[in-house]
Amino acid sequence: MLSPEEWGIVALSLKVGGVAVLATLPVAFGLAWILARYRFPGRVVLDALVHLPLVLPPVVTGWLLLIAFGPLGPAGRWLESWFGMTLMFRWTGAALAAAIMALPLMVRAMRLSIEGIDRRLEGAARTLGAGRWHAFRTISLPLALPGVLAALVLGFARSIGEFGATITFVSNIPGETRTLPLAIYSALQVPGGEAMVTRLALLSVALSLGALVLSEWLVRRTHGERQRRGD
Amino acid sequence: MAKGSVVAIDIDVSRRLGDRVIAAHFTTGPGLTALFGPSGAGKTSILNMVAGLLRPDRGHIRIGERTLFDGATNLPPEARRVGYVFQDGRLFPHRRVRANLLYGHDLAPPANRWMSLDEAARFLGIDHLLGRWPQSLSGGEAQRVAIGRALLAGPEILLMDEPLSSLDAARRGDIMAVIERIRDELKLPILYVSHDRAEVDRLATQIAEIGE
Repeated sequence: MLSPEEWGIVALSLKVGGVAVLATLPVAFGLAWILARYRFPGRVVLDALVHLPLVLPPVVTGWLLLIAFGPLGPAGRWLESWFGMTLMFRWTGAALAAAIMALPLMVRAMRLSIEGIDRRLEGAARTLGAGRWHAFRTISLPLALPGVLAALVLGFARSIGEFGATITFVSNIPGETRTLPLAIYSALQVPGGEAMVTRLALLSVALSLGALVLSEWLVRRTHGERQRRGD
Repeated sequence: MAKGSVVAIDIDVSRRLGDRVIAAHFTTGPGLTALFGPSGAGKTSILNMVAGLLRPDRGHIRIGERTLFDGATNLPPEARRVGYVFQDGRLFPHRRVRANLLYGHDLAPPANRWMSLDEAARFLGIDHLLGRWPQSLSGGEAQRVAIGRALLAGPEILLMDEPLSSLDAARRGDIMAVIERIRDELKLPILYVSHDRAEVDRLATQIAEIGE
């Protein structure tokens, strides 16, 4: 049904999305934890920065990445001189763009579930002999799990749908940065590309819908299960 | 499984919370000591200070030979060997009753444990609940499990914060009988907070006045 080229596009999209989301997860969890639990000066600024990619035109996010990670940008020069690594025009750059765009959604999902944890349960765990870290691992983290799973799925769906920041930052290179949305865009420019557009678009719909259903199910399951399984 | 040892409890703490000062100064021993005082005197805060969940501004907390808090020492809650039964049970919702009971037991050094899961389950009459989830327990059952969870961690002293307040009259009687047996059979010292005069009259062996 799909040509080898199209399979390549799907594989690249899954790779970019997967790496973006897994690499972002610890950072997003840390941010969600800090925003949910601590009051400190600058918290509002941090909150706004995290949410910025959600409201900024994606092309602006891509342009900012270009400035930061381009050959002359501070982050770009640093990566180049220390690791001999460049993100420009590479799939890793596409993953970075996707990660930045997914970050706000992931932080929001996890923050909600962290805020929903009864902190007094952690106090109870401490009086039972658990140190801070043990209480976190055995009480807080499992109770935050529905949010973490939802964040993974939502972040992944956002990542494989990323267009504006990606094409601005790492361009549209077949086999390297041409993910699903970019391939659809390219096929639209080519006479006779309609069949490919249709196939890739249907595939996108299926992937996004699947992710939404999965995340909804995960959240329901972990919430509802505790009600149900207590018979 | 009896706890047995005679323990002296010496508490002198104060802590400012907002514009109130919460203070307590009393010494007591084995048996059940009811913290008595007007509502709003901060009786729960006193228990939290003993448990290590709230840091006093000054003073000391000594249980037997051990200093839990003074100017130089401030043991974290997990090192205090203070069992805490909360008003609302606070069972871990993602763990079955058995795992709730064993949470502190598994963390305690074997030498500190003085009760096994079987003994606790029999003592509290909760054998049949071990496989259940906390959400499915009645108020009285949940409070028994909470008491068992605290006992199994091998505490030297038990704090109870209005453990009967969420129960109906019949369950209150049941749990009061359990508390009496902890006091008389296990000989575990108990600091007990309640608003209910009848409860205090029935359970307390000493009364500590809280407040200025």
